[in-house]
Amino acid sequence: MTHAADLPAWAALLTAFFVLLGSGLTLLGAIGLLRFGSFYERVHAPTLGTTWGAGGILIASIICFTVLQSRPALHEILIAAFVIVTTPVSLMLLARAALYRDRTENNDGVPAFEAESERAEEEAAQTSSAQKQIKGQ
Amino acid sequence: MSATILIWSVTIAQLFLLAAMACAVARMVIGPRAQDRVLGFDALYVCAMLLLLTFGIRTGTTIYFEAALVISLLGFVSTVALAKFLMRGEVIE
Repeated sequence: MTHAADLPAWAALLTAFFVLLGSGLTLLGAIGLLRFGSFYERVHAPTLGTTWGAGGILIASIICFTVLQSRPALHEILIAAFVIVTTPVSLMLLARAALYRDRTENNDGVPAFEAESERAEEEAAQTSSAQKQIKGQ
Repeated sequence: MSATILIWSVTIAQLFLLAAMACAVARMVIGPRAQDRVLGFDALYVCAMLLLLTFGIRTGTTIYFEAALVISLLGFVSTVALAKFLMRGEVIE
C-alpha cells in the first residue's frame, strides 16, 4: 500500500465510499439471486450488480487512478460501456430461452404462445374484410 | 490516514464481493433448472470482474484492469452461447 499514502484524504474517502457502495449493492443483488422464488424474479436481481455495483467500483477506480497519476484515467469507461451494452442483451436472450423452454413443457404460470391467438385474430380480420369487399361488389 | 481508509474499505469490499460470489455459486449448485445455473454463472463472472477491479485499486497497478476487461468480454460471449444452446439445442446453426 505504498501508493495509498500518496492519496489525499478526500480522494481516499471518495474511493472508499464508492467501493463500499458498489460492493454492497453487488452483494444485495447476489442475495436476491439466492432468495427469490422463480426464475423470472431471479433474473432481475444480478442487474443490481451490473448497474450500480459495477458503476460504483468503476467510479472509485477512476477517482483513485486520476488522483494517483495526476491526469485523467478514463480507461474504466471501456468496461462501463461494455457492461451497459452487454447485460441487457445476454439477460434478454436468457429470459427468452427460459420462456421458450417453459412454454414447450407447458409449465404453470407462463403465458401460452401468443402466435396462435394472433394468427387466429388476423385470419378473422382477413375474412371479415373479404366479406365486406364481396358485399361492396 | 488515507492508507488506512483505503485498505479497510477495499478489504471490506472484497469480503462483500466474495460473499456475492458464494451466493452465485450456491445458485449454480442448487439451481433447479439449467437457466438458473446460467444466471448464477453470469452473476459469478460479474462479481469476479469487480473483484479484480478492487485488486487494482488495492495494488495501484492497471494490469488488473485488462484482466477485468477480458473477463467481461468472455463472460458475455459464454452467456450468449449458453442461452442460444438452451433455446435451440445448438450454438451455431
